[in-house]
Amino acid sequence: MVNPYVIHPATIVEKIREAEDITTYRLQLVDVEAQRRFRFKAGQFNMVYLFGVGEVAISIVSDPDEPELLDHTIRAVGRTTKAIAALQPGDALGIRGPFGAGWPLEEAKGRNIVIVTGGLGCAPVVGAIEYIFRRREEYGSVKILHGVKTPHDLLYRERFDAWRRHPDTEVLLTSDQPDKTWRYHVGVVTELFEQVSIDPEKSMVLMCGPEIMMRLGVPILMRRGIPATAMYVSLERHMECGIGLCGHCQMGPYFLCKDGPVMRYDRVEQWLGRAGV
Amino acid sequence: MPMVSQSCGVLPRVDLQRLLDALSAEGYRVVGPTVREGSVVWETISSVSELPIGWRDQQEPGRYRLEQTGSQELFGVVHGPQSLKPFVFAPREPLLQITRRQDGFTTSPTLPQPERVAVIGARACDLAGLVIQDRIFMNETYRDPYYATRREGLFVIAVNCTRALATCFCASMETGPRAQRGYDLAVTEVDEQLLVESGSEAGRDILSTILVPAASDELISAAASSIHACAQSQIRRLDHSRLPQALYEAHEHPRWDDVAGRCLACTNCTMVCPTCFCHTVEETPDLSHQHAAHARLWDSCFTQEHGYIHGKNIRPTIKDRYRMWLTHKLASWIDQFGTSGCVGCGRCITWCPVGIDVTEELSALLTPDVQPPLALQHKDGP
Amino acid sequence: MLDRQKGSGEQRRPRVAVFKFASCDGCQLSILNLEEDLLAVGEALDLAYFPEASSEMKPGPYDIALVEGSITTAEDARRILAVRQQAKVLITIGACATAGGIQALRNWADVEAFKQAVYPSPEYIQSLSTSTPISEHIHVDFELWGCPIDKNQLLRVITDLVVGVQPRLPGDSVCLECKRRGHVCVLVAKGIPCLGPVTRTGCGAICPGMGRDCYGCFGPSEGERKGPGLPPNTVSLATRFHRELQLIPVEVVRRFRGINGSVSPFRTESEAWEKKT
Repeated sequence: MVNPYVIHPATIVEKIREAEDITTYRLQLVDVEAQRRFRFKAGQFNMVYLFGVGEVAISIVSDPDEPELLDHTIRAVGRTTKAIAALQPGDALGIRGPFGAGWPLEEAKGRNIVIVTGGLGCAPVVGAIEYIFRRREEYGSVKILHGVKTPHDLLYRERFDAWRRHPDTEVLLTSDQPDKTWRYHVGVVTELFEQVSIDPEKSMVLMCGPEIMMRLGVPILMRRGIPATAMYVSLERHMECGIGLCGHCQMGPYFLCKDGPVMRYDRVEQWLGRAGV
Repeated sequence: MPMVSQSCGVLPRVDLQRLLDALSAEGYRVVGPTVREGSVVWETISSVSELPIGWRDQQEPGRYRLEQTGSQELFGVVHGPQSLKPFVFAPREPLLQITRRQDGFTTSPTLPQPERVAVIGARACDLAGLVIQDRIFMNETYRDPYYATRREGLFVIAVNCTRALATCFCASMETGPRAQRGYDLAVTEVDEQLLVESGSEAGRDILSTILVPAASDELISAAASSIHACAQSQIRRLDHSRLPQALYEAHEHPRWDDVAGRCLACTNCTMVCPTCFCHTVEETPDLSHQHAAHARLWDSCFTQEHGYIHGKNIRPTIKDRYRMWLTHKLASWIDQFGTSGCVGCGRCITWCPVGIDVTEELSALLTPDVQPPLALQHKDGP
Repeated sequence: MLDRQKGSGEQRRPRVAVFKFASCDGCQLSILNLEEDLLAVGEALDLAYFPEASSEMKPGPYDIALVEGSITTAEDARRILAVRQQAKVLITIGACATAGGIQALRNWADVEAFKQAVYPSPEYIQSLSTSTPISEHIHVDFELWGCPIDKNQLLRVITDLVVGVQPRLPGDSVCLECKRRGHVCVLVAKGIPCLGPVTRTGCGAICPGMGRDCYGCFGPSEGERKGPGLPPNTVSLATRFHRELQLIPVEVVRRFRGINGSVSPFRTESEAWEKKT
């Protein structure tokens, strides 16, 4: 009987500082067999464990075609994540996973991709972007629209610069509290919609970030003719088990740890923004 | 009278000890209801005399009392606060023992010792709850090994209800008062006789070892009419015909504010519920930080941390939490598991310290334009 | 927060001091009652200042200060400032230090009259008219509730602090733990006015486990949160005590005005019912 609670030790290979309190931890599973078996889809998450403290759900941000090293971008905000922030390369974490439903990247083949993200919310979609660019010719145009509060919140700067260089690809950035160094758009991410042309029949939208961004952004895209069934969102709730048993991650009838975190928009539309859901 | 090993036999009440002895001989630890602190709790028993003989329970919203009738009735107490849940979904289940090593740590699962446990006195509602929890913890994707280990050793002797409490509404939930499935043996107490039916191979085997005579048609029909009368006598019912949709649509109903004025968010309803499955995982290191125990504990959607996500609480108020509980139990549960999360046992009504009645709340929530009574305020006091 | 340390023994042991204000010493005794764990505590920590346990009293600064007792004299109000200056992490232990304790009943009474009645020479008694929690005087990092504290909770807090992890002190109700332990609810089955539904967990539900009612020695569940609709709902429980359990208003006042009577919402509840007496 497979025990879904068993935690696999992993070593921190590298620590990449992304912002003031945000760090990417590059992890490698210690057990060679576990390493060989570990395969994930972009948008899935792991339960990351720290000895003596506990587990926390973190999306895998690395390229699914390179599952030997697993990147997790973590903001030091809670009890566990703050304790993780004190670790150094060579220290041990644990991994359980991968869990949940990822982005529908097979279904998206042949279509134009519009990616809309806000803040640290861009993490779950990074793996999807890498996946698409590895198979650039299998997808149509790619538009990446990313909003941050302040320029300090802009993670993965080099990645955005690298993505921009792919053919038929647009990367648009915006900040609603910019400083003098900011050379991109000023405002919220939904304003970027006006700067891109979107073929409503050929496009698929991948969205992650604050729920308010989704609730404001989706109606604008729908008015431009994109059906709700062509829009996907990655959602967050408190998670403890990762397998739909602990009950914390419910949103209406869904357990976001197994039915999500990536959900087709029409399935969650009536739950988003409902108080207490 | 022919001695049979068929599925329906009769055992004089005074001979129940033979069944307990047969179970012990088969290696079962026998557990039954015993009187403690004004109610009944599950305890290991070796003798029929440990059962709550002659006791009956009276239950109403927020109130539980036992009374002694002086009879020899074995199963006059319908139920206490515990369902079958603690036998399979343990309140505190150690998951892993984790030991620190130079290059990290090693984990070893702490599965419960396999044990054969025979529970006598479970009710139809308890079994309905067990069947629902089976579906949750032993689903197609994951078979929870801790739950499964406990479940495998469980032998259930159900008791069909012939007396309804004021808080019972299993008839309207179609889960009782007759045990439907999931039992090994089912007993109906009819005066001095116990009608015993088997519901599984293991049940048939036990029944055959104690060589009970076949039940007469009269006894079978007397039992059936007692159970039927019990269903008829239930004064509470829960109308689930318009669920889940009607409750989803009631999300902004003013009744939620009203019930939030009374609800304590104390978690009792979720703890006594036979189907509630929320749990939290707790890591407990020793002072040397060389060993840690990783365990899961019963949790509740009424706690502060249940809806917490990095720096904010999705359900900060009692209104949010009560609405989450009721909407999940009666509505979204249907979408998730194809069945209601409520089995009609009435425990959440009885064991609510302020006597909130789930049937009354639902009926108010599904009534549009109702003017709810004012929430409790100091001005409303004595 | 202490800096995160790798393992134990490699670095110097955290220096711990225990200070006493107006209190009965019961919480300090809980430390001594750790029994076999006390040896491990002695190895993990340097008990630099603990007059109740040792006559060797080393001067500050200290990594952790455990403070027992409330502030009832002008001298203590000054002394606590000095304690704060010497302590990196300051933790109150017990109801007196955290909430003012049973002696805070004086806050509703005439202390002058007490002095006159009790002491032959009342002029020697220099006492404030109130008993106040430590947090009204200085910044407190963590608060341990209880009369006395739960020794295992203290041990857990220390275990977390020595490795630089933020201690987790749940604010759930006593009922949650009471039901996990399989106790029968004394309020429902016996009709006695148990405060468990509005009281913070941490004690292990000792009183209901003995068939007794909880008298709220761990203070209000979820702490002193403010705003409409937030737990604990003392109004509803008090109304239950009065209407169904037939407590007259003065009995309701006494229920809430106990060991943690001066902390809201216990305080506001008793004051509301006092108006009805």
